[in-house]
Amino acid sequence: MIRLEKRKEPSKFWRIANPFLAVVLTMIAGGIMFAMLGKDPFVAIRLIFFDPIFSETFASYSRPQLLIKSAPLILIAVGLAIGFKANVWNIGAEGQYIIGALFGAGVALAFFPQPGWYIFPLMVLAGAFGGFLWAMIPAILKTRFNTNEILVSLLLVYVAERILAAMALGLMRNPDQPGFPGSRDLRRYEAAHNAELIANTGMHWGVVAAFIAVIFAYVIMTRHMLGFHVQLAGQAPRAARFAGVAPARLVVVCLGIAGALAGLAGMFEVSGPGGQVRIEFASGYGFTAIIVAFLGRLNPLGIVLAGFLLGLTYIGGELGQMMLQLPGAAIQVFQGMLLFFLLALDFQTNYRIRLTQGMRA
Amino acid sequence: MILGSINPAVLMAALMVAATPILLAAIGELVVEKAGVLNLGVEGMMIMGACVGFIVAVNTGSPIMGFIGAALGGIALSLLFALLTQALMTNQVASGLALTLFGLGLTALLGQGYVGITPPRTPKLDLGPLSDIPFLGRALFTHDIVVYLTIALVGAVWWFLKYSRAGMILRAVGENHDAAHALGYHVKRVRVFAIMFGGACAGLGGAYLSLIRVPQWTEGMTVGAGWIALALVVFASWRPWRAMAGAYLFGGVVVLQLNLQAAGVRIPVEYLSMSPYLITILVLVIISSGKGRSLNAPGSLNKPFHASS
Repeated sequence: MIRLEKRKEPSKFWRIANPFLAVVLTMIAGGIMFAMLGKDPFVAIRLIFFDPIFSETFASYSRPQLLIKSAPLILIAVGLAIGFKANVWNIGAEGQYIIGALFGAGVALAFFPQPGWYIFPLMVLAGAFGGFLWAMIPAILKTRFNTNEILVSLLLVYVAERILAAMALGLMRNPDQPGFPGSRDLRRYEAAHNAELIANTGMHWGVVAAFIAVIFAYVIMTRHMLGFHVQLAGQAPRAARFAGVAPARLVVVCLGIAGALAGLAGMFEVSGPGGQVRIEFASGYGFTAIIVAFLGRLNPLGIVLAGFLLGLTYIGGELGQMMLQLPGAAIQVFQGMLLFFLLALDFQTNYRIRLTQGMRA
Repeated sequence: MILGSINPAVLMAALMVAATPILLAAIGELVVEKAGVLNLGVEGMMIMGACVGFIVAVNTGSPIMGFIGAALGGIALSLLFALLTQALMTNQVASGLALTLFGLGLTALLGQGYVGITPPRTPKLDLGPLSDIPFLGRALFTHDIVVYLTIALVGAVWWFLKYSRAGMILRAVGENHDAAHALGYHVKRVRVFAIMFGGACAGLGGAYLSLIRVPQWTEGMTVGAGWIALALVVFASWRPWRAMAGAYLFGGVVVLQLNLQAAGVRIPVEYLSMSPYLITILVLVIISSGKGRSLNAPGSLNKPFHASS
């Protein structure tokens, strides 16, 4: 008989080892998937995980992309992780990302074509504020009316997507090119352009913001009272109340931080790599960031590593589409499998497998 | 007056069609939650059903085979969820999310070659003279069989939960799994069956979208229907008939909104098409804001069960 026995304390070793093991298992399962699609699995896996960084032909293009794709993932995931730790499930980061981008772009388009050093900082503030506002909807509904934040935050993603479409086709449409949907290209408006800080590295203000966020989150979670409250509320809600944690305030703080960071990510994207407000602007970073947060063990430093890995799969996926005609959706499957394997492996963290002989007592 | 051009009988008929996929998914999830399990993967299982059902129906030429395939597709994904949450004791919220993300990706991959194809037609049920009754005939008796079977399913689930022995065991497991375990019921076995039922229903709901309502396959075509079904279960306070009322109410909003779009109301389409989501949120708020009133949620909902002995 195989039985699961609950460990007295979660295993530290498996907590660290499982994400790596999950990546390996995903590569194997992904390889099988690619083989079934009629592609050479070894070539495909190499193309996705190694060539973007090490291949001489692709690296000049894809190395800078690594920072561009990973920064929004890390920025969003750091915020989500704080909430997940406190059992506040904000799964609508995609919506907060979109609204942040719209607020940021809105400021830029309002000032166009004036020059001014203050425009970009204003956009940053507006982006964070937009994401914050959008996250406050589930937060306030949760604290005032006890409405489930999971459903509300997720449903608001669909609302945000429609606002994005309405803006791209209406209010924010480029008046100089009325035949095309989409706003002015912010990359051509110097005062609003989130340009590369160092040429050909992919380094832009969003990357800087992501690293600042990681450091802040790390300090808050390990050194600050708020971090202690978050952990307490997540692990022992009853004890947390005795310790003076106000659950409502914690919900607002967690959703607020995550929303503001997701909004920032959207704003840096629309003013830089994305360039304009378009219907197809949202690319699922808000959902992939959930995987990043879990894979990084809800730990800011772990999230950096996980963010780079998932960012890599985006670039590798593009390479795969180009070189092997891999379907774009294969990468989504890949990311989904990663989360599955991680969750599945985690039973080792909390349980021990025991082989018992013969009859059960 | 623009609204004058909307025929109430046609509106009613369209409402029933719009409500059916969400109702199917919601009634399945209701049973799952009654057993104490929160499966947030409804959206993933629905899109899986939509995709598999479409592929099977196109290749066999039979919508019935399509629906069977869809139910099996939904069950397959739900078993993955059951394996994770029941055998490997994972967090139900995270596992449900993973199911949705995975389902959306997998179906985008599977359905690649099927975009733009028209599926075999599902015939309307011929109800003879009934459909000639003025107004009611057009509104109620001109549908395909799935609409009626779904209503029958709601009745069956209501009876099952309220009067059957198995249904009472299922509720016991959902209300207090430790007590149910102590009485000798197999908590996990009951839950796995409930999860599979939920998967089958969500799959059928998805297939109704891709085979009858739309009818076509496009990537991510469920656009949140699974999440709305989840909200519907809360709205219904875990009662089957209320879930049906909620689904029809919601279907009404969807249809009215579509009619307003068609009638050329001077509101941009994007704003009109947000209304179903906004109404769902609004209803959730109203339902959950009752002070002191219990929501009737099953006692062991979203709590993992591990027999310690």
